[in-house]
Amino acid sequence: MLYFIIRRLLWGIPVLLAVATITFIIMHIVPGGPFDKEKKLPPEIKANIEAKYHLDRPVYEQYLLYIYGLSRGNLGPSYKYLGRDVSDIIKESLPVSVQLGLLALIISMLLGVSTGIISAIRPGSMVDRISILFAVGGISIPNFVLAALLALIFAHTYKILPPALWEGPRYMILPALSLGLGPAAYIARLTRSSILDVINKDYIRTARAKGLSEPYIMMRHVLKNAIMPVITILGPLTATLVTGSFTIEFIFSIPGMGRFFITAVTNRDYPLIMGVTLVYALLIIIANIIVDLIYVYIDPRIRME
Amino acid sequence: MRVFTKNWLVLASGLLIIIITIGAIFAPLLAPYPFDLQDPDRILSPPDMGHIMGTDKLGRDLFSRLIYGSRVSLSIGFFTALSALIIGTLYGAVSGYAGGRLDNFMMRGVDVIYALPDLLLIILITIIIGRGVAGIFLALSIMSWMTIARLIRGEVLRIKEMPYIEAERAIGAGAGRILFYHILPNTLGPLIVTLTFRIPAAILAESTLSFIGLGISPPFASWGTLANDGWTTLRFYPHLIVFPGITIFLTILSFNFIGDWIGDRLDPQRRERRAA
Repeated sequence: MLYFIIRRLLWGIPVLLAVATITFIIMHIVPGGPFDKEKKLPPEIKANIEAKYHLDRPVYEQYLLYIYGLSRGNLGPSYKYLGRDVSDIIKESLPVSVQLGLLALIISMLLGVSTGIISAIRPGSMVDRISILFAVGGISIPNFVLAALLALIFAHTYKILPPALWEGPRYMILPALSLGLGPAAYIARLTRSSILDVINKDYIRTARAKGLSEPYIMMRHVLKNAIMPVITILGPLTATLVTGSFTIEFIFSIPGMGRFFITAVTNRDYPLIMGVTLVYALLIIIANIIVDLIYVYIDPRIRME
Repeated sequence: MRVFTKNWLVLASGLLIIIITIGAIFAPLLAPYPFDLQDPDRILSPPDMGHIMGTDKLGRDLFSRLIYGSRVSLSIGFFTALSALIIGTLYGAVSGYAGGRLDNFMMRGVDVIYALPDLLLIILITIIIGRGVAGIFLALSIMSWMTIARLIRGEVLRIKEMPYIEAERAIGAGAGRILFYHILPNTLGPLIVTLTFRIPAAILAESTLSFIGLGISPPFASWGTLANDGWTTLRFYPHLIVFPGITIFLTILSFNFIGDWIGDRLDPQRRERRAA
């Protein structure tokens, strides 16, 4: 088990290296440097700034310096937030984003799976139809529209929840809902169709014939087999939550990585863009390892090589 | 799943898409005002008879701006789907038909891109190529062909082992002929479904980008840009985000309904499974 995890983590290193290289290349073929946009600087000052950030060195040297720093956990200085390292910014903003992401993940899993079960119990019933309608709606509504709607109702009209910032549990409700409801709708559809696939299998009929109770069959026999596709999308779901966090953190002024990423892009703060991209890549690698572990746990037929 | 096959929902969806498309094509004729006409006496006014969706902070008619915005949003949706179709089909067909090492290599590439957050990559690409309508379109196209490539590859792998392809090969047909005349036409069904879902996905991606300020830049305005304008004034002038929001939502919803419907039509097995 431990061997498996370590091996997978080690595999992540070349992937991260590739991501670092690609983002580095992207950042360096962009015309214009980060210090071009402001009002014209005297050439000496500009030279000084460029020397400080090693921008006067040849590109391959910059690259090696960056990779060297990376191997020691140093992501370089931010171009925009003067005097702050990218690592510091990430250290502050990552926990916020992870909190938001996990909350949204829990909401989407709980709500999605339970809705899926309820509608699969009696396919075609009124409950089923209503939840399907909500699911299609949830898949189609962009998270920023949902966020606006929720903020309008709960923050501005009824004033029961704060409309922005990140200062305690009460502040987390609206952002987490805005981020999690879309994926919840998707998971509900997936769970429903997956259960309907399983429910007609022979072993379910056997379980019924044995006289087991319906809830027991649902939990032990149906769900255990039907949950696999839901587990599989945990990987892509992490990616969805990452991109969702861009909008949601932007909307609710949450000081997370997504918002820093957006401002970094507008400011052309290259080290920050690269740093955040790398952290995202790492998060997705970890999410996929977790998915594999859950797989093995649920289905012993799958072996860890 | 009778809700989806309820024909009136599909009909309404189709109608809505047709209306929006006509609106986009004939925007200058149909919009009550030019998209940039400012009415200094009517700044941020709520909906009324003169401006059925109200005006924005520069006194511009929101309804007209939405109609013009549909040009950007819809064309990005359609053309992104089209280029995804072309790139994806070629890539998937080559990969599936070649098989072996090349196939393996090409598909691992797709896996890697697929695992990364698409919006993140789209943003990184627009850093290089800029954020005009063309830049956004290009970035979206680069990032949207993977599902289609996977689908086509799977179909090609399945079909190429069938007896009639073997017969074709026996009478001496070349790879190109087999691929374009015999394999690809047979992938059409699932392809159309995937394509229908690509359009709303592209519209969503574009409006999200524009909403966070990394998409279409002024003077052009997409639905996402309008929603972004509305967000800043949400508290006192909710109409500015409500109308663009509803428009985006209904458009995406309609495409999803139609996609589901086509999918059920083309694959009766799937329909039965869902109705079971």
